Amino acid sequence: MNNWYPGFEPKILAFTCNWCSYAAADLAGTARIQYPTNLRIIRVMCSGMVHPNLVTEAFQLGADGVLVMGCHPGECQYQDGNLKAKARLAVVEEMLSLMGLEQERFRLVWCSSAEAERFAEVVREATEVLRKIGPSPYREDFPGYTKREEVQCL
Amino acid sequence: MNIQMMTMTELESVEGELGNFAVTLKQYPRYVDEAKCIACGKCADKCPRQVRDDFNQNISFRKAIYVKYPQAAPLKYQIDPVHCIRMRGGRCSECERACPCGAIRYDDSVKKIVVNVGSIIMAPGYRSFDPSGLDAWGYGRFKNVITSTELERYLAISGPTSGNIVRPSDGKPIRRMAFLQCIGSRDYNQVRKNYCSSVCCMSAIKEALLATDRDRDLRVSVFHMDIRTHGKDFERFYDRAKQKGINFHRCRVHAVEPGDGPHDICLRYITESGKQITEQFDMVVLSVAMETSPETVALAERLGVQLTPDGFARTSCFTPVCTSRPGIFACGTFSGPKDIPLSVVEASAAATASSVRLSDVRYSLSYQKQFPPERKVAGEPPRIGVFVCHCGSNIAEAVRIRQVATYARSLPGVAFVETSLFACSQDSQEIIRQRIQEENLNRIVIASCTPRTHEQLFRETLRASGLNECLVEMANIRNQLAWVHAGEPEAATAKAKDLVRMAVAKAALLEPVPPVSVRITPQALVIGGGVAGMIATLALADQGFPVHLVEKAAQLGGNARHLFRTWKNEPVPEFIDSLAGRIRDHSLITVHLKSTVVEAEGYVGSFRSVIQKPTGNLAIDHGATILTTGGQVFKPSEYDYGLSQNILTALEFDKLQAVGDERIVKGKNFVFIQCVGSREPLRNYCSRVCCTHSMQSAIALKEANPERRVFVLHRDIRTYGLREELYRRARELGVIFINYDVHQKPNVVVNEDRIEVIVWDHILHEPFSIPADVVVLATAIIPNVETRELAKLYKLPVDMDGFLQEAHVKLRPVDFATDGVFLAGLAHYPKPIEESIAQAQAAVSRAVTVLSSRWVDLDLVKARVDETKCDNCALCLNVCPYEALVLEPEQVDNTGAEVSGGKQKLVVRAAKCKGCGSCQATCPKEGISITGFSYSQLSAQVRAALAKA
Repeated sequence: MNNWYPGFEPKILAFTCNWCSYAAADLAGTARIQYPTNLRIIRVMCSGMVHPNLVTEAFQLGADGVLVMGCHPGECQYQDGNLKAKARLAVVEEMLSLMGLEQERFRLVWCSSAEAERFAEVVREATEVLRKIGPSPYREDFPGYTKREEVQCL
Repeated sequence: MNIQMMTMTELESVEGELGNFAVTLKQYPRYVDEAKCIACGKCADKCPRQVRDDFNQNISFRKAIYVKYPQAAPLKYQIDPVHCIRMRGGRCSECERACPCGAIRYDDSVKKIVVNVGSIIMAPGYRSFDPSGLDAWGYGRFKNVITSTELERYLAISGPTSGNIVRPSDGKPIRRMAFLQCIGSRDYNQVRKNYCSSVCCMSAIKEALLATDRDRDLRVSVFHMDIRTHGKDFERFYDRAKQKGINFHRCRVHAVEPGDGPHDICLRYITESGKQITEQFDMVVLSVAMETSPETVALAERLGVQLTPDGFARTSCFTPVCTSRPGIFACGTFSGPKDIPLSVVEASAAATASSVRLSDVRYSLSYQKQFPPERKVAGEPPRIGVFVCHCGSNIAEAVRIRQVATYARSLPGVAFVETSLFACSQDSQEIIRQRIQEENLNRIVIASCTPRTHEQLFRETLRASGLNECLVEMANIRNQLAWVHAGEPEAATAKAKDLVRMAVAKAALLEPVPPVSVRITPQALVIGGGVAGMIATLALADQGFPVHLVEKAAQLGGNARHLFRTWKNEPVPEFIDSLAGRIRDHSLITVHLKSTVVEAEGYVGSFRSVIQKPTGNLAIDHGATILTTGGQVFKPSEYDYGLSQNILTALEFDKLQAVGDERIVKGKNFVFIQCVGSREPLRNYCSRVCCTHSMQSAIALKEANPERRVFVLHRDIRTYGLREELYRRARELGVIFINYDVHQKPNVVVNEDRIEVIVWDHILHEPFSIPADVVVLATAIIPNVETRELAKLYKLPVDMDGFLQEAHVKLRPVDFATDGVFLAGLAHYPKPIEESIAQAQAAVSRAVTVLSSRWVDLDLVKARVDETKCDNCALCLNVCPYEALVLEPEQVDNTGAEVSGGKQKLVVRAAKCKGCGSCQATCPKEGISITGFSYSQLSAQVRAALAKA
């Protein structure tokens, strides 16, 4: 629970690889493992397909958090797309600080197609962390946003 | 198209033999013209006659003109002549007047039809045991005692109570529910049925979880003799049920009695600690047996197909889908109680077994599927059709479907919205096809389950309606929404709207893509020369396809070389030798012994694998691959294994017994310990074969010398299906069974030349010491280590236990998500020889669907260059893992030669590209994009996800 922003629910986007984490998300469903409703999944064929611009675009539009989820190292369907994603998305961390956003808002996660419980746990964790951090300053729809400015002024 | 469906038809007689049967069929009148009926339901609205609905277990009513259930195929009405007023001589013609198509035929009559076929597959299924005659269970006497089949109807959203479980006596919600297992199964005293129905433990657990999911306050108890969760991932499901608070009691309740209140039912039982308990329940569910119906018995008699005394088709473990009459095959519960995955496997296996002898006339009577020409939609403004699926109760339970549909109508580009009960059902497919044409839709969004299982189906629907298959997008509101957000309708509905909005935004940008086909190499590669691999190889070669069989060992046979007898007492070594002999003599089979596959590339229809042989490497081109890489015995480190020559694994024991070793021949006291290495945190699965195997050994020991004392220490005895007969026989011979708990395992103490096994006795409530001459450990089956390596080569998933992960546990049990690769045998999960054989035959059936066609359409997810944006900077060349991108000279002269100094341009080699999108993520200019996952499409999803609802 966030004391400054009561009732705040983070909006989280996840780019999930079709072969691992997207399948894990499906499996979480089959196994009826419950997790918070804050996540919106975008299916990609490989984490290595996610252009860094897509992630920064999401933050600019007010995403409170972004996850990119790929196969464990050595298990990529396309040899090493996940490692390319890791190298390529390092730039997102720089972008985050330039945008004045907390590093915790972005995570690159490895999750295999069998790890339904892990998938759910990642979503729970991310939701919890973002609830604590509070809404993204790029998010216009949240009324608590100006309040935070006031608090800082005091 | 190549299937002619004849419903309401019975087989009367069969003349002839394998290859040429003349089958006489009797078709009962439907009294409705199938060609004219549009299933609008107006007839049933008007029909004045109410009839108890037998499909809904008589819980609700239907009319005398009806469809059995909403997904019936064909979806056509029928008149029930027993109840129809007109048919019974009364004066009524309400349905005839109501029908807008003139489809009613009161004068319809029985027709005799004769068809000529080469082979016959029998899949008559089972019927649920009717417990009415048994006083002890109170069925029929107490309203609140129902069968598990009735509970299924209560739980079904399309069922009589819309998915609510209510107390039959007064319609009130229930608080305490009890399942009584083995009603009509494993009960020789009351019903003369000794077999286990195999599926009821899992179905009771599933129903219990479903019921508690719907009503968190519901308390459920399951009374069982053994819990038999012997299938893949079943053990974890059982554990989850225990964690969720379902109570399991190992106790056969002796009778159902009236309870304190008017609606209560009282059960008396004894807990495992010996305490007697009296408990009140307001619903008791009888987990009723599967049995063969008298109609099926009569059918088998007419066809000359032999049945076992229990009424199931008699089959051999070596030919699991062949009946006693050549040319007639059996699958599903006709040959013994079994679950859906195994029934699906057997269905495919029966297809293989029945087509091997008919392969020389393949395609002589069949037609090719034709799709209408594609409508050009490029450049048209999007007219998006959104179809929101209820998935029965699956989605509708968690999400307010109507709100989602209304919201979808407001989205830009959406021209049409409709909801359906099951979007994947045949009738819904037809409706979608019609709507596309009527409403002139050019993009489709299906909000339903996961594209991983159903996208292909909807793509075909689009093709059938003249749209390019790439113009469909799915919103996953079942697996990734309804199932994971139960009981939060507000938030779930809001999320469903978001997902639909994201899918619509992406759909608006979808573009048609022409199909890419490749030629099929009509040759197969089978990896692993165990019994599954040998069966698969022979079944492929017998159908005329050349096969390469790769085996790492120096001889064929695999684990079956260590087996002596099947549970039906058939000799395994002779069988393996005959298979090996036939493989050796077959002109289409090449065997590679002491060989492994070290490299693999390609795709369905066109694989190239490199086999490392003792003589060097060999590259093979093949159209399909079957993995039968087997499993191995777990070598235990507990129970003092290795410390004494008298502590043996089950396979070691078999060998000593076969050679007449003194330890066995002279032994007086034998102790079998079950679940060694199985059903434990590290390997939380049941190894499926060990209970049956120990039972065989125990019986053999007792039969050889009745004076011997044989103990079996077990957690649950899992002699599923007809194997239960062995358990009965063992008890009859005086084998002593002692149940132990995983937290209180037996203790094996080795003193010099004496062994003592100490186990907690549940009846005496004290430790019980057994002096043992021989201890036999029923050890787990574990996957081969090489399986993981091979899975990597062919890019296949492996489950958390290291077994190969099939595409769909129930519906695609021998396929992978990757096309053209199939699996069978122990590499999939522990299983007995007959199930390995059936699975190998099933894999062949699936492989032949590839090999027997000349062309296959490739996956359309591929990179495409946008020449207006690409400036040939070549940044993407280095990141492509498949060397699918090349720079080619842009200018060529008339002879095709490069013009010197000409510009170069980027070209995608489609057959090499796998659509990973590394190029797309590297490109700074959106100059290259992946079909269906382009930057602009993904970006549209991001924007839609973050837009205001």
